[in-house]
Amino acid sequence: MNFEELHEIAKIENEKRAQFEYSINVCVAAGCMSCGSLELLTSFKKEIERRGIENWCKAKGVGCLGLCSAGPLVSVQRYDQKSEVIYKSVTLDNVHEIVDALTGEPVGRLACSKEMSFFKNQQKIVLENFGNIDPEKIEEYIAVGGYEPLYTVLREMSPANVIEQIVKSGLRGRGGGGYPTGLKWTTVMKASGNQKYIICNADEGDPGAFMDRSVLESDPHRVLEGMAIAGYAVGADKGFIYVRAEYPLAIRRLKKAITQAEQLGVLGRGIFNTPFNFDIKLRLGAGAFVCGEETALISSIEGSRGNPRPRPPYPAEYGLWGSPTLINNVETFANIPAIIRNGSAWFASIGTEKSKGTKVFALAGRINNTGLIEVPMGTTLREIVFNIGGGIPEGSKFKAVQTGGPSGGCITSDYLDTPADYESLTKLGSIMGSGGMIVMDDTSCMVDVAKFFVEFCMTESCGKCVPCRDGSAQMYHLLSKITSGEGNINDIHMLEKLSDLINNTSLCGLGMTMPNPVVSTMHFFKDEYLAHVHDKICPAGVCNMKRGGRK
Amino acid sequence: MSKEIKQTSLKEDRRLRMVDRTMRIYGNEPHALIETLHAVQESYGFIDTDLMQYVAEKLGVPLSKVYGVATFYHFFTLKPQGEHTCVVCTGTACYISGAKAIMDDFAKKYDLLPGETTKDNKLSLLTARCLGACGLAPAIVFDGVVAGKQTPETVSNTIERWFKNEL
Ligand SMILES: Cc1cc2nc3c(=O)[nH]c(=O)nc-3n(C[C@H](O)[C@H](O)[C@H](O)COP(=O)(O)O)c2cc1C
Ligand code: FES
Repeated sequence: MNFEELHEIAKIENEKRAQFEYSINVCVAAGCMSCGSLELLTSFKKEIERRGIENWCKAKGVGCLGLCSAGPLVSVQRYDQKSEVIYKSVTLDNVHEIVDALTGEPVGRLACSKEMSFFKNQQKIVLENFGNIDPEKIEEYIAVGGYEPLYTVLREMSPANVIEQIVKSGLRGRGGGGYPTGLKWTTVMKASGNQKYIICNADEGDPGAFMDRSVLESDPHRVLEGMAIAGYAVGADKGFIYVRAEYPLAIRRLKKAITQAEQLGVLGRGIFNTPFNFDIKLRLGAGAFVCGEETALISSIEGSRGNPRPRPPYPAEYGLWGSPTLINNVETFANIPAIIRNGSAWFASIGTEKSKGTKVFALAGRINNTGLIEVPMGTTLREIVFNIGGGIPEGSKFKAVQTGGPSGGCITSDYLDTPADYESLTKLGSIMGSGGMIVMDDTSCMVDVAKFFVEFCMTESCGKCVPCRDGSAQMYHLLSKITSGEGNINDIHMLEKLSDLINNTSLCGLGMTMPNPVVSTMHFFKDEYLAHVHDKICPAGVCNMKRGGRK
Repeated sequence: MSKEIKQTSLKEDRRLRMVDRTMRIYGNEPHALIETLHAVQESYGFIDTDLMQYVAEKLGVPLSKVYGVATFYHFFTLKPQGEHTCVVCTGTACYISGAKAIMDDFAKKYDLLPGETTKDNKLSLLTARCLGACGLAPAIVFDGVVAGKQTPETVSNTIERWFKNEL
């Protein structure tokens, strides 16, 4: 494969595209698929055939359109006018009228308004191809400029140049910690060793987050390209993607993408006629949250139990099978091709001073527009929840938004004007995390929510270190006592003490951050805790109080 | 059944071929253990001791390690499943949106707790920590197919139709 051949593929694909005036794009990511989008796609194809309009209209499957709550979603694109209508909650019965409406007015009843802030107020980098290209066709990725950044890197840039660009872009890890990506790449590049590895962390452990799943299902080549660029920059020729077994569709699409990339020669030996080789293999997780932690993940790839080990040494120096290993999150890698294509200055111009670029968030819980969004770093939580997210379902009241999953905390309405960036969220006792945002209304009891997260960490603790293993069980016991109306004020003090202890003495991030949901809810919702222990009532009416009664 | 007989009947088992194939792809290296256990579970539905023994010998790892790994990861199950399986998501989004009511209903209607199978072997209840369908919470996997926005009523509808062999 050389540059001309790459361009030829893009040209042919774009010409093919231009033949069609209309394209009916049906979302075939996991969310819409579970609402029957595959049958819908088949039905559109049949209808086009039946009407004999296949020379100017085609139907195809595309990646996530974002508004999962209103699935199945269908986007009708008109190429010459570059216009698009997005239809929501489409059923088989609607196929007819949607095809009818191609040349006339859109079906108003089903169309999402263009002015809807959900679509208007986003800025897409990682999700730029979502809803536009067929994730199962490498040609479509190439047609929108895919694998050109890899070419540029291999033919025109030295590894040091590449790393310089990543450093200058200000990109930070999207897996939760926010560690500067350029710095990590530099460390791995400088580490000595003949064999180095790239690992893509696609374990997505936060229960309530689905950004990485969507990226892998909707635009898998983007991640492969990011990994290959990283391989060239740090001097690694082997990559692994560690993906959760709970994501069968993502696994299938990744396998397909890897095969296609190998066949075209953008992965494998002598890529773009250079001496650079790069192979990517998949490894399946098996349902253990702690395996998202990098040292546990490495141990799992090696075929062992996912027990973390103390750091240092960091994987950058001593990682997979003892070799220097670069480990980044899916979204981190997905940003790389765009940075190479548009330049580090462009990327650094987006976001805030310390948090550059955009962030993908998964909105879920008690919010109208559940789904996937991408906004510049520093967008306020209010904008995300009430504008883009469409606010809270009618009849209930916003209570808190939870970020960072089991390692994060809750943020209340008083702080909704906080910008979503790494530092601001940490200051509030939560964290950015990987991008899961769960909105809660007054039907949630915050003590019960804290108990939910502690129970999660208790069952997910690998059991290696005492503070995490036994501390989580103790905290769970105390919270169970409080939520059954048998707690007293000393239990709250004990929770505070334990939180501090577990935070300071645990071996890995799982234990260290486990108390966060408890500390944060105790800080913002002290009165709810007190109502449970003093008045023996659960203000939200969730907990089954043995003594006293529900309010 | 004596162990020897069971081992030979294992050998003739066609399902074993997929397991063997997986191990071969990874050069029968010890690090193929997790992938191999995935293959075992996919072909047999669960991982029993004989199969653990078989995998241990083939990959040259101690049985204790195979057992340790198989029990560490929640995705692996050491017990056979019923005719139908229901995996209820107990991730955060699903919890907030009512997964608990569904679990309570399983306990009440079918006397099932997570990990259990009904006495007539018809139905197994499992849980998962997030299926990535949080936008459609609460989500449930019925025999491998994800369904969103579930309620105790929709769940028992599906199960009753299973029981009546309508699905
Ligand atoms: C308990 C625990 C779970 C984690 N889970 C994930 C995860 O699911 N996905 C992820 O990318 N990083 C996860 N991390 C962070 C990783 O250890 C690692 O920092 C990250 O993958 C590095 O990538 P980044 O620099 O691109 O963010 C987790 C960390 C801890 C302590
Ligand atoms: S929390 Fe249930 S699918 Fe994510």
